[in-house]
Amino acid sequence: MKRVLPAVVLALGVLVLWEIGVRVFGIPAFLLPGPVEIASAFWESRELLLFHAVPTAMEAVVGFAGAAAAGILSGVLISRSGLAERSLYPWLVASQTLPVIAVAPVLVTWFGYGVLPKVLVVVLFCFFPITVGVVDGLRATDPDLLRLMRSFGASKFRTFFMVEAPGALPFVFGGVRLAVTYCVVGAVIGEWVGSSEGLGFLMIQDKNQFETPRLFAAIALLSAMGVTLFLTVALAQRLLAPWTLRRDT
Amino acid sequence: MNRVSFQQSGGVGSRSKLAARGVGVTKGGVRILDGIDFAVEPSTFVALVGPSGAGKSTLLSLLAGLEPPTEGTIEKDGSPLSGPGTVAYMPQNDLLLPWRTVAGNVALGLEATGTSKREARSRANKALSRFGLEEFADVPPWKLSGGMRSRVALLRTALLDRDVLLLDEPFGALDALTRRHLQGWLLDVREELAATIVLVTHDVDEALLLADRAVVLGQRPARVALDLPVKLERPRTMEIETTKEFSRLKRQLLQALGVAG
Repeated sequence: MKRVLPAVVLALGVLVLWEIGVRVFGIPAFLLPGPVEIASAFWESRELLLFHAVPTAMEAVVGFAGAAAAGILSGVLISRSGLAERSLYPWLVASQTLPVIAVAPVLVTWFGYGVLPKVLVVVLFCFFPITVGVVDGLRATDPDLLRLMRSFGASKFRTFFMVEAPGALPFVFGGVRLAVTYCVVGAVIGEWVGSSEGLGFLMIQDKNQFETPRLFAAIALLSAMGVTLFLTVALAQRLLAPWTLRRDT
Repeated sequence: MNRVSFQQSGGVGSRSKLAARGVGVTKGGVRILDGIDFAVEPSTFVALVGPSGAGKSTLLSLLAGLEPPTEGTIEKDGSPLSGPGTVAYMPQNDLLLPWRTVAGNVALGLEATGTSKREARSRANKALSRFGLEEFADVPPWKLSGGMRSRVALLRTALLDRDVLLLDEPFGALDALTRRHLQGWLLDVREELAATIVLVTHDVDEALLLADRAVVLGQRPARVALDLPVKLERPRTMEIETTKEFSRLKRQLLQALGVAG
């Protein structure tokens, strides 16, 4: 409680100042609605918002799972094979300089208005930090530990699963925590480019119709979604690999 | 037993458990070991003593089969050693895995060589009880003191149940007092660990306290500078370090190391 208190106080302070500012300066709601206005828009449109939140959340989660699979696969490949590192890694790095928002319309052209192009945008958005986490984590294995396993007479397979993979987890979770904060953004960008449902779709509509309070409510919902995903990953790390959270090991 | 024979000419009738025959190592153009000949008799405790950087650890990795010599051969039970996995080896760092408990760490070597997890854990727990460490079985390694970590690392290696145990400065990273405790502990449990033990150390007292024989390596490129039988009675305690015979042997070792006139 003591740890979250400062963040809560700061948020409340900002909200109060925001509400006061909007009222004092008489800013119209279609430009900048106050928190009270946004909350009431949220409540009025709660069913619509939740309806559109479901596909967005689904795209984000499925895309994130795909990104985790792609990141782990490419990371293991790159760290195991010198050829894969020299051939694949430079292009993966180069792919990160492409603005995904520029690639998204191409994906829609290829895969239509369904779920698939959004999931692919999320995968493109999220896989790279996981790849880097896996590569760095596997590379960080203490060479003495590998020697110890060799002295036992352990196979490469056992060495990988008993020592290298668990040892890489702190780095992998670092990448995963970064990636999971991107996946909601990826889903929304995918929806902006072309969709008939989802919070991204609703935001474009609200913008065009000057439904600004509901636009802000959608943003708040997206943010809550991202935070929830982040906390889920943090909880998973605490449960599955508690030792990665210790600072003195 | 008579004075141990080193520099046996090898071949027929060799009684050595482990032997280096004309071993030389050159790494990156630097000559590290040069014409090393020595043999370890079965059921003896040999200490390899030398200044830091002399190549003691390199020699130990050769004996463990972790790297091949540039020239010469390493023999175990009279036949050339082809690779790792036949002798037990304990590196300088304890290398305990933070995601395993003490028992899990002790079981690591067994699991790494294909023993089932359940069997390995049960043997690890038995070993911990035998060494009076059962209360630590489920403790994560980061809660252990440095001395306790070393004991766990030693048990992990000993549990492999191989007839030769190689120890690379096992207490090198500990403070002086803890080090003394562990040396005493090693004296007590020596019989339980393995029949034949080779210990690398730069500590002359440690070598004389623990070993049946001390082999001194000289400066790089290292050769065997002295091969000294340590005929001190067993069982030994730390008090042996106050005897005249101990002092005499210590003087000989220090002279061979070039630090006493």
